[in-house]
Amino acid sequence: MTTVANSVEQKKGFGATLWDWLTTVDHKKIGILYLIGGGFFFVLGGIEALMIRLQLLIPNNDFVSAGFFNELITMHGTTMIFLAAMPLLFGFMNFIMPLQIGARDVAFPFINSLGFWMFFLGGLFLNLSWFLDAAPDAGWTSYASLSIASPGHGIDFYAIGLQIAGAGTLMGGINFLITIINMRAPGMTYMRMPLFTWTTFIASALILFAFPPLTIGLFFLTFDRMFGANFFDHTMGGNTIIWEHIFWIFGHPEVYILILPAFGIFSEIFSTFSRKRLFGYSAMVFATVLIGFLGFMVWAHHMFTVGLGPTANAIFAVATMAIAVPTGVKIFNWLLTIWGGSIKITTPMLYALGFIPSFVMGGVTGVQQGAAPLDYQLHDSYFIVAHFHYVIVGGVVLGILAATHYWWPKMFGTMLSEKLGKVTFWFFFIGFHMTFFLQHFLGLMGMPRRVWTFMDGQGWNLFNAISTVGAILMGIATIVLIINIIITTAKNERIGNDPWEDGRTLEWAIPSPPPFYNFAQTPLVRGLDTYWIEKQEGHNGYTAAEPVTDIHMPNGSIIPFFMTLGLFIAGFGAMYRIEHSWGLAVLIFGLAFTFLMMAIRSVKDDLGFYVTKEQIRRMERGRN
Amino acid sequence: MDLNTKFTPQSWPDHPETATMEGKNKFVGFWLFLGGETILFATLFATYLALKNSVPDGNEFRTETLFELPLVFVMTMLLLTSSLTSVYAMYHMKNYNFKQMQVWLAITGFLGLGFLALEVYEFNHYIHLGFTYGNSAFSSAFYTLVGTHGLHVAVGLVWLTLLILRNAKRGLNLYNATKYYTFSLYWHFIDVVWVFIFTVVYLMGVVG
Repeated sequence: MTTVANSVEQKKGFGATLWDWLTTVDHKKIGILYLIGGGFFFVLGGIEALMIRLQLLIPNNDFVSAGFFNELITMHGTTMIFLAAMPLLFGFMNFIMPLQIGARDVAFPFINSLGFWMFFLGGLFLNLSWFLDAAPDAGWTSYASLSIASPGHGIDFYAIGLQIAGAGTLMGGINFLITIINMRAPGMTYMRMPLFTWTTFIASALILFAFPPLTIGLFFLTFDRMFGANFFDHTMGGNTIIWEHIFWIFGHPEVYILILPAFGIFSEIFSTFSRKRLFGYSAMVFATVLIGFLGFMVWAHHMFTVGLGPTANAIFAVATMAIAVPTGVKIFNWLLTIWGGSIKITTPMLYALGFIPSFVMGGVTGVQQGAAPLDYQLHDSYFIVAHFHYVIVGGVVLGILAATHYWWPKMFGTMLSEKLGKVTFWFFFIGFHMTFFLQHFLGLMGMPRRVWTFMDGQGWNLFNAISTVGAILMGIATIVLIINIIITTAKNERIGNDPWEDGRTLEWAIPSPPPFYNFAQTPLVRGLDTYWIEKQEGHNGYTAAEPVTDIHMPNGSIIPFFMTLGLFIAGFGAMYRIEHSWGLAVLIFGLAFTFLMMAIRSVKDDLGFYVTKEQIRRMERGRN
Repeated sequence: MDLNTKFTPQSWPDHPETATMEGKNKFVGFWLFLGGETILFATLFATYLALKNSVPDGNEFRTETLFELPLVFVMTMLLLTSSLTSVYAMYHMKNYNFKQMQVWLAITGFLGLGFLALEVYEFNHYIHLGFTYGNSAFSSAFYTLVGTHGLHVAVGLVWLTLLILRNAKRGLNLYNATKYYTFSLYWHFIDVVWVFIFTVVYLMGVVG
């Protein structure tokens, strides 16, 4: 029996720390890695957004060139969806979900680490396009005729980078599913799971079924561009609409993959700070499942103007509008949770309150576009841009910011400043509405999306200028948040288990930050809002389901990083194979390296290690 | 989990593949993975059906003239039989009969290798006829669908070989029982996909 990572409490040198983070399989550390990676790309995507808005500040502007503008909008969308929003949500899922169900780690810690590295190196690969060639410029949807014709390697970076990152996401999704199916603590039945865990569960199921089509679509694109295939080339019998179908069969569930976890975050926040049980818990669960199911039935509403015919358009229009029903159920349940509650206006609660009107507006414009005839008018206009920013920023980003303030104390053991938090909120909230509200009208006035610049005298000048000022306000909000994080970390004022004092779920019953084994004893769950029940009965902590026993923990490993590195190298080989003779060798080397790492993983036994009872007792005592 | 625990056929659990927590996780995880794979192949099938016989003007290649059922029939028989032999292997695994299990798995591997060899021959034959990957949208869709299946067979064979060699000396335990079992799940899945390829690509191609 080996000893515990004596590592946990001691100071280490830089090299050892770096090695520790490269090899970690601890779901909490991987969660933090996801937040760092996602945060980095969020800032990057934000800078791209600001450049877009500065270009559109005045008519006939030439702040950036037209080609560069195309690269900016493509990379802004791709970065924000794949490399910022999803990884940030994955960070919270990774850190919080196992704590909420009383588990010591996810089902496959090794694959968890692999998933992170694939996301991060895939994202890095995509962004290296800025320096190595040209960035992709066919829009984040990368419609085939355009992307096949795009010169240079930009689209190749898109196809291969997203392939690597997407595979990582798929692994993460499967991992969360099994964690929730198999690793819930005794008594944690499905209908006692906190809403954030439920939404993680459903979002992961969507990932499992939505990402394989993306994988195939990206392979088709890769093969068409780099290996002489003809899927999308109509002169060779191909069909460009296939890309649109495949992309949106992935792409529409993707927006629910993003919004459902945000719904979960807000459900936790509403009930915590209203100090009430979530209203209509089972209806909330059912609505989540229903949204997930319907999410697969509506992809063609992105393609109304393609000409699929009135029958197909009608069916997809009805299915699209049907999604408003379960979403409405959720909105009313949140309102009724607040109703009559003992409300505490904290920063997370502010975000939650701001989310409801913002998201409802995005939802209403969504139903409008779901009406196929109206969509013919709105298609490809700024109305669409306004709509999807209202749901993604007004829903997902507000959710991520709320979760950052809400779970920060649990993750790092210090409390973000509430004062600065509220400053962040107001800058962001006002900036957000300033930027996007007027874009509805710009769309109705005829301004098409994805245009590099516009001419004077069309009545678009004022609204565009206001929109740009709003974007700058959001930028200021982000800077305030970063300052808040730096100040909080520097002050380092430690807090207890339940810093909000109203925590309801299991994660608040253990120290902040939790020890690496999470729960010294597996908890016994006696109902919904486990920790709330314990507190009402006067307990401080949770009821244990077992005596203190040896805890089995997984070993760290560098193999996930190396596996990903192989794919990263192979990506360059595949891309440069066309003009350089060394490309093929590099491609083969990279793939062989990855397969070798897989073989080592398969052949080498990895049984983990045990933390002994005595060590646990010692560490728990040291804490109290 | 202790790898040195020796079992007898009597003390060996009824479901060794799910006897440990790790085993249970892998078991459920693998089923979900196969769910994702199903969608992956469904996308390939849909694309193939959309692009079947879709060729530029003057291109002569059609499913009716290209495919030869006798060869594909032999391939189908090889793969179906290999699925049966993997069932025998799992039967012996559940009875803690390590030697018999390894033998049946080796037979499974050889049948799979035979299938793969015939597939390489088939592709090679088509390419010599001029039906290359870039010949038309139809050829791209055909090679990508059938080739992805072939790649799965190849990966399965490497996996199987590693399993057989790695555990040859130490025999069965609760750690590798799950690995053997998930391999057999994978192998059956490949077989099912092939049944669809045989039907949709070859039978419907020649008859339809």
